[in-house]
Amino acid sequence: MRTAFIETLCELAAEDQRIWLLCGDLGFSVLERFAERFPQRYVNVGVAEQNMTGIAAGLARCGKIVFTYSIANFPTIRCLEQIRNDVCYHEASVKIVSVGGGYAYGSQGYTHHGVEDLAMLRVLPGMTVVAPGDPAETRLVTRAIAAQPGPGYLRLGKAGEPTVHESPPAFEMGRALTVRDGTDVTLISTGGMLKSVCTAADKLAEQGIQARVLSMHTLKPLDAAAVRAAAEQTGAILTVEEHRRTGGLGSAVAETLADAGIGIPFARWGAPDDLQHDVGGQDFMRSTCGNLVQTVGELLRRK
Amino acid sequence: MVNRAVAPHIGGCLSVADILAVLYGRVLRVDPAQPDWPERDRMVLSKGHAAAALYAVLAERGFFPAEWLETYSLDGTRLAGHVTHYGVPGVDFSSGSLGHGLSVACGMALAGRGVFRAFAVLSDGECDEGSTWEAALFAPHHKLDNLIAIVDYNKIQSFGTVAEVLDLEPFADKWRAFGWSTHEVDGHDTEALQRVLSGLPREPGKPTAIIAHTVKGKGVSFMENKLLYHYRTPNDEAFAQALAELGERS
Repeated sequence: MRTAFIETLCELAAEDQRIWLLCGDLGFSVLERFAERFPQRYVNVGVAEQNMTGIAAGLARCGKIVFTYSIANFPTIRCLEQIRNDVCYHEASVKIVSVGGGYAYGSQGYTHHGVEDLAMLRVLPGMTVVAPGDPAETRLVTRAIAAQPGPGYLRLGKAGEPTVHESPPAFEMGRALTVRDGTDVTLISTGGMLKSVCTAADKLAEQGIQARVLSMHTLKPLDAAAVRAAAEQTGAILTVEEHRRTGGLGSAVAETLADAGIGIPFARWGAPDDLQHDVGGQDFMRSTCGNLVQTVGELLRRK
Repeated sequence: MVNRAVAPHIGGCLSVADILAVLYGRVLRVDPAQPDWPERDRMVLSKGHAAAALYAVLAERGFFPAEWLETYSLDGTRLAGHVTHYGVPGVDFSSGSLGHGLSVACGMALAGRGVFRAFAVLSDGECDEGSTWEAALFAPHHKLDNLIAIVDYNKIQSFGTVAEVLDLEPFADKWRAFGWSTHEVDGHDTEALQRVLSGLPREPGKPTAIIAHTVKGKGVSFMENKLLYHYRTPNDEAFAQALAELGERS
């Protein structure tokens, strides 16, 4: 995903002189291609995320479109108040990019588990929150977030995420992509869980369960119409995110259902709400959140 | 304004008032008729709690009608108790949480190289914030000589004197060591302020730091150097006395 991102950002920067890239001294072997082509619009600010975000806001107030880049929680939670006051309050065109959202750095320990970012960024007014599901979505979402004015958060996986969309999907910001249709249950995925969700849907099909799979690449604004349609047409929803079950996609979908007065069997797959001491690779860390196929089975027994 | 709204922070307003008056009266390239002129100098009042002083100066300079000042901090006002840009011509950036402004001014200076300058006015208290020093490291490294930081060094912060709470000394040496062209000035001597703020940059290739030695509550005998007036609103009697004293001074 990060390769798809930087390639797209280079294309955009060649088209639009207003685009800048700031990084917090991370992005080795990724950002060089931008730095070499656009040295006047690239700044490694050092290990100083608060400063990075404030600088980005200052540049944006002077007409620039500024991407800030770091990994896991560093460009988000570390400088959350700069994002709230300097970026969001000023409706500044600052696009925060975090590589390694979720458990991409799972083996690096608790500090590197990015599992609260969606909740914290989603609550900020005017913040568009996107978490593309594969490299194809990453290219489209990077273009879309650069094109729209105001703050944005782009949560990426790391490297080597499998391609789900063989050809570019009919992408629109704020509109869920139906990756697979089904009638028995809807699996709503955000971010890099998409491939795993598709695999789970294949296994469910072997059991005679037809699952609809939505890629909810835009967490905010959420595609409420797609959620309501899923509830009405499939009667059960499971949200899937590499994030705590609290505050992210699961909460956003639950809010939508409750607001619409829809009561259906509903469950959230994600990291538990309590303190986790598990450390390990991404697949291992995902396994601590539960088994997707089993979770769907339990959900459907409530139907 | 502050008396009517029963608002705090009058002490820090009076310490920075001369600095803001010199900036807006004699230094900044701004045009009240075109507050969004793209090539204007940018000014970030990072010590956002001195909003009343900034609003008064902006009104005096003609950015908005002086009547607006009557609404300061009252219900439904656009002039919030901390500096707010929204709907307020002449305010380049909102502030209120300390330690944000110097970074923002760094970004503005980056955007404005060769075109305009970026000024940030800081409190001494916010030099406790690590983010201020992140920006202080950044600006000289990137040779932002169109960036000017002015510290309103009134030597009293929220809970006591700076020396008691978290000493900044040797303060000017710190800025010099970080690579700033650093100058100390009496922050109430308007001629001296104007001198140090003319002919910028003071040293090509370096950002400028002005340590302005000021007095909290300047100009009002019973407020000067009093921590109490970080919080207390002058009552009607005190307000009348303060106006009388300030009138004599001017």
